[in-house]
Amino acid sequence: MAAKDLSPKTRSEPMSDTTSLLIITVAIFLVMYLTAAYLFSDKGFAKPQMFFNLLNENAALIIISCGLSIVMIAGGIDISVGGLTALITVACVVHLNDMEGSSFLTSLLLALGIGLAFGLVQGFLVAYLDIQPFIVTLAGMFFARGQAAMIDTQTRTVANESFSALAQMRIRLPIGSVNNNGVFVQAYMELGVVIALLVVAALFVTLRYTTFGRSLYAVGGNKQSALMLGLNVKRTKFLSHVLCGLLTGLGGFVFLLHVRSGAVTHAAGYEMDAIAASIIGGTMLTGGVGNIFGTFIGVLTKGAIGNIVRAMGLVGSWWPGITLAAMLCFFLILQSVITSRKRAKIG
Amino acid sequence: MANETVLFAKGVCKSFPGVKALRGVNFTLRAGEIHALMGENGAGKSTLIKVLTGVYSKDAGEIFLGDAAKPINVKSPREAQDLGISTVYQEIGLCPNLTVAENMFIGRSKSPFISWRETNARTAKILADLGIPAKPERQLANCSLAVRQMVAIARAMDLNCKVLILDEPTSSLDESEVESLFNLMRDLKARGVGIIFVTHFLDQVYKVCDRITVLRNGELVGEYPLAELPRLALIEKMMGKELQELSEVHAESRDFTGLTPLVEVKDLKSEAGIEPFDFKNYPGEVTGFTGLLGSGRSECVRAIFGADKVTGGEIKVKGQTAKISQPLEAMRLGLAYLPEDRGRDGIVADLSVRENIILALQVMKGFFRPFSKKRASVLADEYIKLLRVKTASQDTLVGSLSGGNQQKVILARWLLTKPDYLILDEPTRGIDVGTKTEIQKLVVRLSSEGMGITFISSEIEEMLRTCSRLIVMRDRKVVGAISGSDLSQDNIMRTIAEG
Ligand SMILES: Nc1ncnc2c1ncn2[C@@H]1O[C@H](COP(=O)(O)OP(=O)(O)OP(=O)(O)O)[C@@H](O)[C@H]1O
Ligand SMILES: [Mg+2]
Repeated sequence: MAAKDLSPKTRSEPMSDTTSLLIITVAIFLVMYLTAAYLFSDKGFAKPQMFFNLLNENAALIIISCGLSIVMIAGGIDISVGGLTALITVACVVHLNDMEGSSFLTSLLLALGIGLAFGLVQGFLVAYLDIQPFIVTLAGMFFARGQAAMIDTQTRTVANESFSALAQMRIRLPIGSVNNNGVFVQAYMELGVVIALLVVAALFVTLRYTTFGRSLYAVGGNKQSALMLGLNVKRTKFLSHVLCGLLTGLGGFVFLLHVRSGAVTHAAGYEMDAIAASIIGGTMLTGGVGNIFGTFIGVLTKGAIGNIVRAMGLVGSWWPGITLAAMLCFFLILQSVITSRKRAKIG
Repeated sequence: MANETVLFAKGVCKSFPGVKALRGVNFTLRAGEIHALMGENGAGKSTLIKVLTGVYSKDAGEIFLGDAAKPINVKSPREAQDLGISTVYQEIGLCPNLTVAENMFIGRSKSPFISWRETNARTAKILADLGIPAKPERQLANCSLAVRQMVAIARAMDLNCKVLILDEPTSSLDESEVESLFNLMRDLKARGVGIIFVTHFLDQVYKVCDRITVLRNGELVGEYPLAELPRLALIEKMMGKELQELSEVHAESRDFTGLTPLVEVKDLKSEAGIEPFDFKNYPGEVTGFTGLLGSGRSECVRAIFGADKVTGGEIKVKGQTAKISQPLEAMRLGLAYLPEDRGRDGIVADLSVRENIILALQVMKGFFRPFSKKRASVLADEYIKLLRVKTASQDTLVGSLSGGNQQKVILARWLLTKPDYLILDEPTRGIDVGTKTEIQKLVVRLSSEGMGITFISSEIEEMLRTCSRLIVMRDRKVVGAISGSDLSQDNIMRTIAEG
């Protein structure tokens, strides 16, 4: 085929949608956080611990959002993750408190097992029976919360030595700040943060450097084409839900590590938070575009908005929600502008 | 070697709701031959290919590979690939959100990990070898249609394949690209690969193929050696009747002096990066933009219609200065535009044939003044007949029509608006010979009724038959205009080359 350049040489190589959205997300987070650190330095924003608290608070949400991002990249959705998290906390507390020989390890296995079971069933219904993922996981959401209520409607605190020891673990960091008494205090992370960071790193590699990861993008981009390219579309969709279930299991465990109690009402609205974080992080609801690192930043952005709004003195509980809504709109508009503008250019 | 059978299908049947797409079709492919699969739009060519490669499951019939006695049961394109069947589908079938390199290799590697460096390097080599103007790292959505088609072909050119299937691979390619594709095909043929080739360009069939299988309405008409089936006989077999008045279509040159041009542009340029150009089109005149693929033909008309953002120059419609910043404004001024890429700009796959046909008219009327269903179905019926759209009913979803019939639906949509000035960008791409002539006749008839038309086509004969003035483009720049008795293939080629 004739070697002639269809595009003028002056036009620079356009970035992929995933990359351009990621860059925007990271830039916005940095600008937002640094501005806040500068403006509200009196409220502790400039202290490293403030940042690590953001991680401590959101470790579970980071893991769960990663799972959701994977499903969304493959073109699906999962709104059962909040209910599932609650179910896992309740089940694990009952297991830890009431059963002989339970330890953090058995409760971790239990959490993963419940998550896996949900992932397998939902994935099967979505991928092999071709039922809308929204419907399947809506049912999953009701089922999980209902199941949690059936086990226990009370809030119960974990009373298990091996688990509590793990939950109280603090990872001290070489950075920190000087407190009012002039003493240097080291910043710390909880164990959950380490787990979350490992998950983010592992998934980042999976999505970028494995055949399975790329299949997720292909299936989310265009199912029919993915099939013609020789991919197993059904299995890929199935696995995306299985992975999301497993990650929610792990996320539920990390959630329990942080709050150390189980309750039906835990993780209320987590599915929406996770969707919001994924979208802010550059994952598109239409599938095929997204980035795990972006989702990580998305969760932090969402968390930071709450802190900043509070620091601004807007005490009403609705303010973080309203600000988040505005940001979401902004990101969605940005996504559609970026994608449609580029399409228009190729004549 | 040459007579060994590589693929044999027996009694293949496939039905979709309301359509019997294949009725007991037999098909034999030998090693080292290029086998043309011919038929009108909707005859069942693509369906046969999709059954052979596991995209669709067959209702009945058996498929044998090589000289094995046991039939194969291909359940997915992946299995077909593993069996040595490489395919380029009509709808190209690549993922727009992935890069060129990934589209080349995804679904083919056995390793669970990807080395981007290696993938990109190997792709870069393949692209360079085949002269495809694209970068491996580029997202496919940012590539032109021609590049996408070439990438799909490059992907299928697997040296280890036994069968290569090409479903209208040349629809978006220009002549030199088609020539290099043919060289590749001849290469593979010499190595003993069996090639199935689907196209509506008869010239191409007679250039490379060895045998022809003709389908009509899902039934096998017959299998013929190329030498025994001359062009007219082939058309007759495809249509089931003789083709009339093929050569009678001809544009008449008229004198337009003194008339106000329907559309007149001066120094127009757009964000798509074309050199400023001047152009006018009189009522009743058929003009054409010609030039190689990527020379800016489409970009010119897109600028006139407001489909690309105009960055300079002026447009006059019927003598009045007009400001067109989006297609809707152009439509209100009586302009209509049939885009080149029906997948991206045209078809709404989830709406019915009727809804797709009346769509443009509906938009112009405003959404709050709906048509009566009766009126809509009368209009739709008229154009379904006129363009011979093969569809089970008006309520069939457009997405389930054959490629060529989808194209006809879009054409009908624009004809229906009865515009003063109509732009047709590759209106006959993927359309069978019979309907092609119908469309050419229609263009000439409409112009004699006073409509101004601009016609773009990769087939120069088609442009010569319909246009009375041709604008020649090269490297995104107008390099000449040819009209009246100067119109000839030689002249056009010379202008393209020398400008
Ligand atoms: N997925 C589908 N669902 C329903 N009907 C279909 C589907 N695919 C094809 N058909 C129907 O089957 C018939 C044959 O279509 P096919 O795509 O095989 O035609 P073709 O010979 O490839 O035509 P073209 O030259 O236009 O590409 C058509 O009537 C079409 O409407
Ligand atoms: Mg076809």
